[in-house]
Amino acid sequence: MSSTQQGQVIPAVIIPAESSREISGVRKRKSWRYRLLRNPPALSGVIILVAVVLMAATAPLFWPDPNAQSLIDARLPPGSPDHVLGTDDLGRDMLARLAYGAQVPLLVSLAAVIISGTMGVLLGLVSGYFGGWLDDLISWLANVQLAFPFILLSIAVIAVIGQGTLTLIAVIGLTSWVVYSRVVRGETLALREREFIEAARALGVSTSRILLRHILPNVITSLTVIATFEVARIIILESALSFLSLGVDAKTPSWGEMLARGQQQLSVAWWMPTFPGIAIMFTVLAVNLVGDWLREELDPRLQL
Amino acid sequence: MLKFIIRRSVQAVLVMLGVSFVVFILLFLKGDPVTTLLPQDATQEQVDQLRRDLGFNDPLPVQYLRFLSKAVRGDLGDSLFESRPATNVVLERVPATLQLAVAAFVLSLLIAFPIGILSAARRNSFIDYLGRILTYVGQSVPVFWLGLLMILVFAVNLHWLPTSGYGEFKNIIMPAIALGLFTTARTTRLVRSTMLEVLNQEYIRTARAKGLKQLAILQRHALKNALIPIVTVLGLDFATLLGGAVITESIFAWPGIGQLAIKSIGRRDYPVVQGVVLLVAFGYVLINLVVDLLYAYLNPRIRYSK
Repeated sequence: MSSTQQGQVIPAVIIPAESSREISGVRKRKSWRYRLLRNPPALSGVIILVAVVLMAATAPLFWPDPNAQSLIDARLPPGSPDHVLGTDDLGRDMLARLAYGAQVPLLVSLAAVIISGTMGVLLGLVSGYFGGWLDDLISWLANVQLAFPFILLSIAVIAVIGQGTLTLIAVIGLTSWVVYSRVVRGETLALREREFIEAARALGVSTSRILLRHILPNVITSLTVIATFEVARIIILESALSFLSLGVDAKTPSWGEMLARGQQQLSVAWWMPTFPGIAIMFTVLAVNLVGDWLREELDPRLQL
Repeated sequence: MLKFIIRRSVQAVLVMLGVSFVVFILLFLKGDPVTTLLPQDATQEQVDQLRRDLGFNDPLPVQYLRFLSKAVRGDLGDSLFESRPATNVVLERVPATLQLAVAAFVLSLLIAFPIGILSAARRNSFIDYLGRILTYVGQSVPVFWLGLLMILVFAVNLHWLPTSGYGEFKNIIMPAIALGLFTTARTTRLVRSTMLEVLNQEYIRTARAKGLKQLAILQRHALKNALIPIVTVLGLDFATLLGGAVITESIFAWPGIGQLAIKSIGRRDYPVVQGVVLLVAFGYVLINLVVDLLYAYLNPRIRYSK
């Protein structure tokens, strides 16, 4: 696909070098916006994501309380005058709760990605750069981590220490570092032998500075792509945990929690389990589409 | 080869040691394991009694070694809920989970291989688009939601299939689809990209130039070479299915280890939870080991590189 695009005439829109560097990480590229506009799947992904984030952010402006209930209006079907998407079994507006329900998955996935990304990058840098027993130790840790069925481990930990937003972030964040460390390790191994690193070492640059200033910027593009796919994975994971009532408390709306409620009302109110699922699916789909586009743009060789 | 086998086996044992330590230490996450094991309204005598019975007064390393030496012999203590060995409680649930995982696995292969190969052979054709949509949707649909939707449509509305149950063929259809969808999507994607890579190789062009039929090229030249990387991933996928069964089982009330784990967490039946986690992790490590050895056997470059 990229080969046909390279041959195309670049439009007369000149994008300042600064903004193109900002987006594409290290490599300088022109007109990523143009390519995005010509790529319907990626473009729809971006639009859906922006819409979901806006919805989550502006929900309080439209609906002051997502838990405002009125039992007279319980289980109104979609299309009812005051409730476009209907109401749940407690008479709470579905649309309002869907909008609020985006907050938890978005927040949890972002925070968890930051924690796991930082951890994975540090461990990957260290194990790739130093090698030896440190590398063996970190590889062993990674193998132990991978051996655990992820959802089961989260469930077991949450069952012991109790649930809540912070627990959710901590559990997911602390157990998702392996993808990053594997990729960073591999790339560090290759970079370590390059001349510019050798030159930096010869100049007496400290090891931490070499790692953070010379190696890290070169792995940022792969990290961006991995982080995007991780957001998608964690949104599903958060919903799964909330669905099993192991996520945030029952009062905070979250798509997974709404699905769990919907499961009980399956035969009388089909919309209750249907809409939150659609919301999850489209959000995850959008993130995956954006991730694929980022991979194509930044790091086509990355295998995940 | 022997050296490789020994090295890989030692590695696997070390990983299992790490896993067992994590499973052991989980109980201590909150400080006192007794408060985790007992209901909140337990009396002080009950607390002291349990602490003595389970040896929680000993130093941690001693407790871990005791846990380990028992676990190796398959003894994880009694289930706190059913008052019989936790190992038995877990093991009798294994066949159901294996059945479900195998069904989902077979289903995913049956769909992924034809679509993946055809998509690669005919890029940008109808089947390629279909395959790509399938992979995107399959990777984005949450298992539990798909399960609920299927129940809603096929059980509640159409009455074609039972909502849950175990033992008959019609019971396994929906759980297998729900569990298998994600793997199907991933495998389709993998088969397609690996086949594309292989089809771009010089020897395929040579085969074409020789005038071989497309089918023969795909079968004899492309697929065989694409299989090695695919099989490696498939082994791990099967292991993922075992772990992923947790949610599917709880939706369809499938009597496997996943449902057992969730139930046991609710009942604070910790020995059983430990058993399930250990067993699935063990399965993962074992499958991983077998795949690695097979891979080395099939691909001599790996065998001799280290």
